[in-house]
Amino acid sequence: MPSVELRNVSNDYILCDVNLRVEDGEFFTLLGPTGSGKTTLLNVIAGLTPYRGTVLFNGKPVDHLPAELRRVGYVPQNSVLFPHLDVKANVGYSLKVRGLSREEVDEKVRELLKLTGISHLESRYPKDLSCGERQRVALARALAANPKVLLLDEPLSNLDPKTSYHLRIELKRLQRSLNLTTIFVTHDLSEAEEMGGRVGILYKGRLLQSSTLPEILFSPSCEEVFEFTGRLNIFNCQSYRPLGGVAEVDCDGILLTVPYEGRPIRKVAVNSKDIFLSAEEIPGPNVNLFRGEIVDYKVNGSTVSVKVRLGGSLEVFSEMPREAFEGQSLSKGKKVFVKIKLKAIKVST
Amino acid sequence: MKAEKILWVIPILAFLAIWEAIARAEFFPQYLFPPFSHVMVTMYMLIGSGILAENFVSSLVRVLAGFVLGAIAGIGVGILMGYNEAVNRALHPIFSLLMPIPALGWLPLLMLWIGVGEALPVTIVFLCSFFPILYNTVTGIRSVDREVINIARTLGASKRQLLTTIILPLALPNIFTGLRLEAGMAWRVIIAAEMVAIPTGIGALLISSESLLRVDVIMACLMVLSLACLCSEKLLLLLERRLTRWRF
Repeated sequence: MPSVELRNVSNDYILCDVNLRVEDGEFFTLLGPTGSGKTTLLNVIAGLTPYRGTVLFNGKPVDHLPAELRRVGYVPQNSVLFPHLDVKANVGYSLKVRGLSREEVDEKVRELLKLTGISHLESRYPKDLSCGERQRVALARALAANPKVLLLDEPLSNLDPKTSYHLRIELKRLQRSLNLTTIFVTHDLSEAEEMGGRVGILYKGRLLQSSTLPEILFSPSCEEVFEFTGRLNIFNCQSYRPLGGVAEVDCDGILLTVPYEGRPIRKVAVNSKDIFLSAEEIPGPNVNLFRGEIVDYKVNGSTVSVKVRLGGSLEVFSEMPREAFEGQSLSKGKKVFVKIKLKAIKVST
Repeated sequence: MKAEKILWVIPILAFLAIWEAIARAEFFPQYLFPPFSHVMVTMYMLIGSGILAENFVSSLVRVLAGFVLGAIAGIGVGILMGYNEAVNRALHPIFSLLMPIPALGWLPLLMLWIGVGEALPVTIVFLCSFFPILYNTVTGIRSVDREVINIARTLGASKRQLLTTIILPLALPNIFTGLRLEAGMAWRVIIAAEMVAIPTGIGALLISSESLLRVDVIMACLMVLSLACLCSEKLLLLLERRLTRWRF
C-alpha cells in the first residue's frame, strides 16, 4: 500500500496550505470541528474537487489523474449507496465497470460480503437496510475496488453507540489485516482516541498539529488545538506509586489516583468537562476528591468555565452546565468539593 | 386489495345508474342525452360494423408514431442537455421559447408546410410529447445526487459508464413522469387535430357525429378515448414499476 502525501494543498475558501504525510499502511485520523474542511480534504485526495498544491501516492504526484483513475476507496458520511442496485450489485460495482467476468465479480463479492459480515443482505436494496448495514455495504464496496488508499468520512457518526462500537472494532481489524493506508475523519475526540494511530487536527482549513493523540493532548501546538481538545488540565507528575491497575501520583502537591499500565508517568491530564464541582460533599470513597475554592468563573452561554484553587498554587478549570452552577448558588470565593473521574484521566508516559 | 377494487368500482356504477335514470326520465330529449344502455348498444353496433375499430386504429397509429418519436427525441436531447452543460446552454434558450407554444398552435403552419396527410397528426403529437419529455429528462438527470456520482467515479466508472449505470437509471422516475403525462396528452391533441384537419380517426368520427346529431356515437367515442388514455398511462406505470423496482 502506498503512502499519501499532501504538499501545500489549498482549496478556495476551505483548505489553506495543508501539508500532511500518511505512511504506507498507516491508520491516520483527521480530527476537527464541523466545517473545518475534513471532507474537502478527502475529496482532494480522491480527486473529486479542484485544488492547488500536490497530492502524491507513494511519492508520485497524482494531480493529473481524475477520480476514476486514482483507485481510492471512499466511504462517505451517509454511506451513499446506489439506490437502484441491490447490495450485491453495489459491492460489485467497481468490478463490473472494470470489465471483470460475471464469475469473477460474484466470487469477489461473496468474499467481501463474508469479510464484512453482510452475506445475508446480498439481495436487499439500500432502502431496506439499517444505518449500520449501509455502512458495512459502503465499506465492502470501497474495498472491492482494491484501493490504494481508504478514505473514511465520519463513517460512524450516524450509528447508535453499540453498532458504532462493533463497526469500530471491525474497521480496525480490517485495516490491519489488509494493511490499508487509511485516513479516518471524525469530529469526535473520543472516537479518535479509540481508533488509535496518529491524529491530525484540522481547524478552519489548516492542519494545526499532526502527532499521536497523547502528544496533542499534553502538548497542544496552539490555543485552537488546546480549545478543541477540551481545555485539558495538565499536571506535572513529581512522583508516583504503582498499586496494581492504578497508581497514586503526586501532581503539584495533590495526590491523584490514575490508571496505570506499567509505564513511567510524566504528566496527567483531565478534560475540564470531567471535573465535577459540588457545594455539598460528594458521597463515595475519598479518591480523587478534593476541597477547593472558586477563584474565578466565566459564563459561556449554557456552560460556565470555573477556575478552582485546590490548595497552594494548583488551579484547575472545570466546565459545567450553567444550570448546575446557578442551582448550587456557586460564586467567587465559595468553597467547593472537586471530584475527578478516574476513567477521565489521561496519562502521558 | 379486492375490497379496494370494489370500492373503486362503486362510484362508477353509481354514476352510470344516475346517468341512466336521468336520461330515462327524459328531462332532455333522448337524442341529446341518451341513456347509458343506449350508448352501449351504439358502441356494440359501431364495433360490429368495424367503423369504431377503423377510426380507433387510425388514431392509435398516429398517437403511437408521434409519441414514440417524441419520446425518443425528447429523451435523447434531454440526456445531451442534462449531461453536457455546453449543449444545455446552446439549446435551452431556443427550447424555452418554443415550449410554451401549444401543440395545436403549430397546426396552421404545419398544414402549409407539410400538407394535410398522415405526417400532420404525427408531427403534432411529436411536438406535444417532445418538449415535456425533454425537460423531465433534463430534470431527472440533473437531480441525481452529486455524491452518488462522485462515489461511482472513485469506483472507476468512466463518463459513459456513469451515464448508463448510474445517471440514467436514477433519472428514470422523472422520465417516466413525463412519459405518463404526455401519453394522455397525445390522445387529447390527436383528437383535436383530427377534428380540425384530418378526415379519419376518432376525432373525425366525433365531428361528423356532431353534424348528424348522433350524441350516442359521440358518447361512445368519448368512452373509448377515456379508456385509451387510461390504458396508456397504466401501461407506462406498469413499465415504470418494472424498470424502477428498487423504489417500491
